[in-house]
Amino acid sequence: MISMREVTKVYRTGRVDVEALRGVDIDIDGGDFVSIMGPSGSGKSTLMNIMGCLDVPSHGTYLLDGEEVQGLHHNRLAEIRNEKIGFVFQNFNLLPYATARENVEMPMVFLGMPAAERRRRSHELLNLVMLGDRMDHRPSELSGGEMQRVAIARSMANRPAIILADEPTGNLDSASGLEILNLFERLWKDGHTIIIITHDASIADRSRRIVHMKDGLISEDAPNHA
Amino acid sequence: MKSATLFRYYWRELRVQRKKIALTVAAIAWGTLSIVLLLAFGEGMKDQIDRARRGLGEDLIIVWGGQTSIPYKGLPRGRPVRLHPEDVDLLRERIPGIRRISGEYSRWGTPITYGTETVTRHMIGINPEYGEMRNWIAERGGRFIDLEDMRTKRRVVFLGPNLKQDLFGDREAVGEQIIVDGVPFTVIGIMKEKLQMGMYSGPDVDKAAIPASTMETLFAQRAWFGNLVYQPGEPERRKAVERELYRVLSGKYQFDPDDESALSIWDVIDSQKTMRTMMTGIQVFLGVVGGLTLLVAGVGVANIMYVTIKERTREIGIKMAIGAKPDNVMYQFLTEALIIAFVGGGIGLAASGVLVRILGGIEIENEGLQFLGKPTISWEIGVITVAILGAIGILAGIFPSRRAARINPAESLRYE
Repeated sequence: MISMREVTKVYRTGRVDVEALRGVDIDIDGGDFVSIMGPSGSGKSTLMNIMGCLDVPSHGTYLLDGEEVQGLHHNRLAEIRNEKIGFVFQNFNLLPYATARENVEMPMVFLGMPAAERRRRSHELLNLVMLGDRMDHRPSELSGGEMQRVAIARSMANRPAIILADEPTGNLDSASGLEILNLFERLWKDGHTIIIITHDASIADRSRRIVHMKDGLISEDAPNHA
Repeated sequence: MKSATLFRYYWRELRVQRKKIALTVAAIAWGTLSIVLLLAFGEGMKDQIDRARRGLGEDLIIVWGGQTSIPYKGLPRGRPVRLHPEDVDLLRERIPGIRRISGEYSRWGTPITYGTETVTRHMIGINPEYGEMRNWIAERGGRFIDLEDMRTKRRVVFLGPNLKQDLFGDREAVGEQIIVDGVPFTVIGIMKEKLQMGMYSGPDVDKAAIPASTMETLFAQRAWFGNLVYQPGEPERRKAVERELYRVLSGKYQFDPDDESALSIWDVIDSQKTMRTMMTGIQVFLGVVGGLTLLVAGVGVANIMYVTIKERTREIGIKMAIGAKPDNVMYQFLTEALIIAFVGGGIGLAASGVLVRILGGIEIENEGLQFLGKPTISWEIGVITVAILGAIGILAGIFPSRRAARINPAESLRYE
């Protein structure tokens, strides 16, 4: 599903070049459940951005679901994000003036899916995350855990190749956080490819493979035998 | 389908920014009102001045005698050239390029009496063609001087409306007798009210006119045959007719046909062309001033676009993350700018339409202000305004919206 070779990212800040990633090689197969761990400054956020096609590498190649994406135009990258990536963010990032259902449907709107099919699918997804009775609520009317569940439903809207979650439980209390992690595990068992970025070892422990990052490189990459 | 849903969402986003957008829309409405009103006044003024210059007459040339400046056939320079009544027929016969021609006798300070009311006014003695050339049109119930009056040297008089008012007030004047310089005359007609721009012996509305033949017979001693008035058949060829005129009169009065100062000519057609150009210049000026006002409002639109985009950076980032293309984002904001421009413009246009109607209904007595005319919104003004609004919408929108499209979703999403 994902294949990166010698991926490097350099940021120019003023006169100094910052090497956020210094040659990352990684392969992730479909159906895997991976955690990417590391302290702040390790490059894990940069790696996530590149994996999610929110940013492009300075050097190296990135093969996503069979397609080379490192040199693509930003319009095409937007399409790839729409078709192949499902994002879940720490601060939920739902559209504030849309209902839960409309939020879930938004990626499908950008895809060009007809309204009837969108409606059917958003119902299905919201029921899957057990929010069938809150479909017409706005984010301001939902709790943190509920908002994150809407985000997860949204991430699956267009049947993406990977679901990328950046500190998904960071803004949640432990009970809601647990619910979310249970949900991810269920999705993984259903066959989805899940990648979680976190600094919290107890969260990483729920996954099946843990990748450690340090100073812009992968320092360890092993299955989780917990 | 897709656009409809997205549009619904954009509309909701816009509604949240109601207050800010309302102020910007108001600014555009104000700017539009300014430019439309200015252009409308310019248009009204142009129309009025058009009407006023026709008050003097259409396609006219006026000829006075002058003074020679070139010695000719033994005669010295500095000789005065005086026109005579028979020149009218002479020129009419010899120059086919002249369509109408009349002589003009002038008598300043003529005492005119009706009942106990006596006034002194300018009196002219003219041929019947004068009426049509100089727009001395009779009110209904009266008529202008005709060929029969000329032939029989009738004692008939045609009055300007101001003169009629001074003598008769609101009473009926046609058919009445008045005493002109001691001689009884019958009033045969009153001139229709007119605005007059351009004159050479005072405004027509204050004058009295009698047949030239009558003037000659009764008042030859006290009248001065001052000038000729003619209309060339083809205004484009009037310079050639003018040269002909010089040629014919130089033969009679013995001056060099190339001696320009031998006659004094006022080419009214030339003056009126100049006036038109000046009016167009004024219109352009007014348009520019109004346009600048609108431009300032346009800057306000650009400003509000930058502000809202800054505030909505996170949302833009979210949409991009889930698949909105930078181009889509750009078009969305460009459309928002255009909507603000056209809604504001629509309000401004409607308001100016109402104002123009109200202002147009006010009657103006002051003679100077009468040249202002009535503000008019022509369809050209509408088209120009819409075009400017479109340009402003696009210009004000393009830079902020390109900025929006360049938002990096990765950055905008990580921070609160």
